[in-house]
Amino acid sequence: MKLTLWTYEGPPHVGAMRVATAMTGLHYVLHAPQGDTYADLLFTMIERRNHRPPVTYTTFQARDLGSDTANLFKTACQNAYERFKPQAMIVGASCTAELIQDDPGGMAEMMGLPVPVIALELPSYQRKENFGADETFFQITRALAKPVEKTAHVSCNLIGPTALGFRHRDDITELTGMLADMGIAVNVCAPYGASPADIARLGAAHFNVLMYPETGEAACRWMERELDLPFTKTVPIGVGATRDFMAEVASLTGLTPQIDESRLRLPWYSASVDSTYLTGKRVFLFGDGTHVAAAARIARDEMGFEVVGLGCYNREMARPIRKLAKDYGVEALITDDYLEVEAAIEALAPEMILGTQMERMIGKRLNIPCAVISAPVHVQDYPARYSPQMGIEGANVIFDTWVHPLVMGLEEHLLHMFRDDFEFNDAAGASHHGGHHTTPTPETQQPETTEESAPGTVIWLDEAERELKKIPFFVRGKARRNTETFAANQGVHEIGIDTLYEAKAHYAR
Amino acid sequence: MSLDTPPAKGCRDAPVLKQRGQHEVFCGLTGIIWLHRKMQDAFFLVVGSRTCAHLLQSAAGVMIFAEPRFGTAILEETDLAGLKDAQEELEREVERLLARRPDIRQLFLVGSCPSEVIKLDLARAAERLTTRHAPKVRVLNYSGSGIETTFTEGEDACLASMVPALPQTDERELMLVGALPDVVEDQALDLLAQMGIDKVTVLPARHADDPVAVGPNTVFALTQPFLGGTHAALERRGARHVPAPLPFGEEGTTAWLAALAQEFGVERARFDAVTDAPRARARRAVKQAAETLAGKSVFFFPDSQLEIPLARFLTRECGMQALEVGTPYLHKAILGPDLDLLAEGPQIAEGQDVDLQLERCRAARPDLTVCGLGLANPLEAEGLTTKWAIELVFTPVHFYEQAGDLAGLFSRPLRRRAALHLEAAE
Repeated sequence: MKLTLWTYEGPPHVGAMRVATAMTGLHYVLHAPQGDTYADLLFTMIERRNHRPPVTYTTFQARDLGSDTANLFKTACQNAYERFKPQAMIVGASCTAELIQDDPGGMAEMMGLPVPVIALELPSYQRKENFGADETFFQITRALAKPVEKTAHVSCNLIGPTALGFRHRDDITELTGMLADMGIAVNVCAPYGASPADIARLGAAHFNVLMYPETGEAACRWMERELDLPFTKTVPIGVGATRDFMAEVASLTGLTPQIDESRLRLPWYSASVDSTYLTGKRVFLFGDGTHVAAAARIARDEMGFEVVGLGCYNREMARPIRKLAKDYGVEALITDDYLEVEAAIEALAPEMILGTQMERMIGKRLNIPCAVISAPVHVQDYPARYSPQMGIEGANVIFDTWVHPLVMGLEEHLLHMFRDDFEFNDAAGASHHGGHHTTPTPETQQPETTEESAPGTVIWLDEAERELKKIPFFVRGKARRNTETFAANQGVHEIGIDTLYEAKAHYAR
Repeated sequence: MSLDTPPAKGCRDAPVLKQRGQHEVFCGLTGIIWLHRKMQDAFFLVVGSRTCAHLLQSAAGVMIFAEPRFGTAILEETDLAGLKDAQEELEREVERLLARRPDIRQLFLVGSCPSEVIKLDLARAAERLTTRHAPKVRVLNYSGSGIETTFTEGEDACLASMVPALPQTDERELMLVGALPDVVEDQALDLLAQMGIDKVTVLPARHADDPVAVGPNTVFALTQPFLGGTHAALERRGARHVPAPLPFGEEGTTAWLAALAQEFGVERARFDAVTDAPRARARRAVKQAAETLAGKSVFFFPDSQLEIPLARFLTRECGMQALEVGTPYLHKAILGPDLDLLAEGPQIAEGQDVDLQLERCRAARPDLTVCGLGLANPLEAEGLTTKWAIELVFTPVHFYEQAGDLAGLFSRPLRRRAALHLEAAE
């Protein structure tokens, strides 16, 4: 048993729903109790889909247990086929149905439905949402994809985008355009927008673009083996990664790399003088492994930030993320426990968080700006406008998105100069953070004697405490920590104004 | 729209359509979202799966910034395989939780579908934990599982679990039963106090220490229609229910208060003196929204069990026509007075086969469809105007001062549709 307050990933059958909802002509019959229908609202409300997910739930009740849950499943399956007439069906169980062991796969097979029925075995008590999506798409591909004649011109499949993904809709558009510039057509994009008939002709492509390893890698590996389809290993998020990706595509196809950078603005925006204030900003990254790895490279090499910590919630990516963290000289945090992430952020006191919806909450609580780089995300991260993460436009979008929550260069100076102005002070926060955002930082409420400082018991003298308050709020946490660390290293037990400025000089960059 | 005369024939004996198919409803765990806000020193620990945790955070919509007073002890493979003693595991998690949250005075162990299926004995766990943590923390248990409870029935199960632990009293007292926002609860208490009814307790109380007792001289009034189990538990303790329409809208609130006034022998003149002004205010407020609603038709998908009293409010006070009123369960003992006031005509439906009900809804083309979050956007995309039902349990809607807000919840979607001119943009 493990106590959980918020989860980064849902159960694996939600992953299967993300695949089914992204596709057309496919129906999912899920053996599950009535409450599990909540998952529909993820798609209809958070992603604003205008159709119900193609899922039939058996919604069994306590009184059905032990008597006819199996019949309930068969009836639901038969009715779903007749009502929706899908080209193929997937069947499986949610966590509760897994316990009653009705074997939906076996039952559906015995029913002799006139379309392919693919059974899913998704262990609810061991695995999670990303695994569920990856495994489901793999099983669908394995069941339906057959060797077929290759297209005459060079073409590829886009693999991995699902419903409820982070900017998947726009990443597809961006990549399709970039590949077209090189003369490469998209044969099939899957699961997003694909029908079972489309899955059958995956093999006509010359190679696969693995957009999201979290949800498409198992299928890509299988297609590499069985359909002779090599797949790309670089995820084109960020300027460098996009260039590397196009070079990889060129080497797979023998075509000359061509990349239209006329719309690319990130490099100049990062190099322009206003961005000086970005340099060395201490950032913490957390999310799914793929997006964190991409964001780390952008943060360090393309924005000039200092990466002070990074990690991922999906254990499947633990190895590459640990390796990556080593390159950045930090310890990787691999956990799906929100409280651990919060503790790590609190201890590191970064100036910005690049994370998920959860880290946005942490950021609000700790008063640290946060930009979202990875699922899980909320309704505001499904914008109406075109805003991909991948490719040239993705790089532009990322620059804007990451800079937005920060206090701007000039504003930072003004805040410092006029910190005692009644409407331009600490508590008022930055002008673009919203007028209501006036909650004082936790530290001003409770003069911290945090655990780190407790053993040595460093005491802040009143005058130093007052001086500290004059420092703008967005760097005050760092100043406090640096001073305490400095004092502890020097064996000083009382912090006065001198200690504060000694520390400032010590840490001056 | 005659307010004071009941219809010639109500819906109490109307035939009820019962279908069994896919239910598109939440499970009882969802109630934790509002219950944990109401009981400020309580923690709700769901013993369940990742799905339960995911449901709670999805249903909460926007997450609560502070650490919430609810969580899920997620069962793992080893718990299911019997490799670990689930009772010991649970006790360990509870120890850790209580150590971190010393402000917690009541802990609810909440059963889920998986914990019910593997027959995890949460009653025994609650007993053992109570013994260990008494008197500081009281540990109770109830089931919010989807195989036993539908949406608001979770609150019913929670409140029912509290009844046996209430102290005994012989005082003649009134107990209001149902979790309402504090501001609304205070309004009700104030109206009752003005009538001279001042020995009033509320279940659930805001704090564990608030004195709530029950006995043979207790009478109780329900503020929510879905409290059938709590109703039965209170009767077992000797308390007596005062039946009345539910306090939605001006008419419902007046009838609800009148039943209590009669029970406590409040004179007519005093009753009028207390209620006249707020009644007039409520009528004025409802009238504004009713301009949009009058003559329009409404179709209810089953959701919170509030459907019958709300249909009564919308037809009698807002001039709407009800086509179908679906409810997950129909407790006639509780809803009888509301059914009497709802004029015959609408199809009353209990339970659900969502695909068949969607067909009926599409054929009926109602002006307004009240449904859950999973159906609302798809129906809007088909051109139907919808009101998401969950807002009705998350928003203050009871009693006089909220009557206008309640009507407004239904008129806003219609006003929005009228306000948007998107044809040119499409």
